[in-house]
Amino acid sequence: MSPRETAPQADFFRGVWRENPVLIQMLGLCPALAVTNTVENSLWMGLATFFVLTGSSFIVSLIKKLIPGEVRIPTFILIIATFVTVADMSLEAIVPTVHKQLGAFVALIVVNCMILSRQEAFAAKRPLGRSLLDAFGTGLGFIVALVMMGAIREVLGNGTLMGFSLFGPNFEPWVIFILPPGGFLTLGFWLLLLNWFQKWRTERAKVRAWPEGVGAPPERKAA
Amino acid sequence: MTAPAPPPTKMDVPVKRLLVTLATAGAVAGFLIVFVFGWTQPIIQAYKAEQLRLAVQEVLKAPDRFDTLYVHDGALTAELPAGVDGTTLEQVFVGYREDGERIGFAVAAGEPGFQDIVRLIFGYDRASGTVLGMKVLESKETPGLGDKIEKDSAFVLQFDGAVTPLLGVKPRDATGDLHEIDMITGATISSRVVIRIINNTIERLGPLLDAYAASYAAATVP
Repeated sequence: MSPRETAPQADFFRGVWRENPVLIQMLGLCPALAVTNTVENSLWMGLATFFVLTGSSFIVSLIKKLIPGEVRIPTFILIIATFVTVADMSLEAIVPTVHKQLGAFVALIVVNCMILSRQEAFAAKRPLGRSLLDAFGTGLGFIVALVMMGAIREVLGNGTLMGFSLFGPNFEPWVIFILPPGGFLTLGFWLLLLNWFQKWRTERAKVRAWPEGVGAPPERKAA
Repeated sequence: MTAPAPPPTKMDVPVKRLLVTLATAGAVAGFLIVFVFGWTQPIIQAYKAEQLRLAVQEVLKAPDRFDTLYVHDGALTAELPAGVDGTTLEQVFVGYREDGERIGFAVAAGEPGFQDIVRLIFGYDRASGTVLGMKVLESKETPGLGDKIEKDSAFVLQFDGAVTPLLGVKPRDATGDLHEIDMITGATISSRVVIRIINNTIERLGPLLDAYAASYAAATVP
């Protein structure tokens, strides 16, 4: 196994958490900010993106040897756009109310850089099974991130979770959380929390790895 | 590890192959989209028609039946001449009670609101000039403020029985006059849009409604 090769489960879990497209790689932020005002919208947006990502990864990986390198980007975009159109029409037929809420953002999945980046960086170079695992992981990571955003914004901005009232009629919702600024605030909050957690874990690992009997590890430098 | 190969200096793939690749991909994509379109379009159309039917039921206060009229050649007509596609024309719905008496007209109309086009449907009794009911069909007004034009029942219910032309007033200036609609605090623009759509539509279609009512009365007199 060359150092660049990865285990199959690593291909899957990498996208879910360690390289989460939204929370770590900061890709696909446009839908993550724009349509996450309720859990339901976040979930459907995530599912639509998941469908487009796995579908495109499947096809791209399947026909990668047939596509000349010079026209690979237009071909990838064409494949992605086809799946997006299918997702757009299907959503309108299956859940018309959600489709109305998501508006143009379903069609905008075409330009979601997360999807094109997975085709270019992974599906176009790896075998079919691995590409699918990678797409499942990344797509799931995207859904997780969107639902994390949607949960906070819906609870604070509307006083409900999945449509169920949490605080009763006397709760005055913080409308700002379902408006665009709330998207930025919530994303900032999650990034802060996750980075703080990451830092704490690194520090702890350093302390644990410190050999015994050689004095205390250096204190964290004051900022 | 070997160094990456230098980029090829001349085109090593014939142009024909590039064209064939893109054309094939495009054709397959096209077929797929047409197939899905054929499957989803009837479902979408049926849903829209059902939503419209429910909206007409709501704003005309549950009529026994309703007919669709088309605005064609500056008049309302139930039957279109052959070759005219009714779906592209403006439609007016006319509702009847069980005894055949006309309840009123339901008209859908839209105008730019605070964010995007606000579309609504309202029931209207031309004889007395009263609005029977109002329902917003489409709007992207600000959540929590402007969207009260569809979600705040206190605002929506004011239209039941309001007399046109409508006049938007601040709640503290309300005198109880039937022309008055209390505007929503913090959503003045969205409230005004609703009132403006109804007033403008009645101004535009009023003569047509009168003409239709006159011809209808003439036709039913024995």
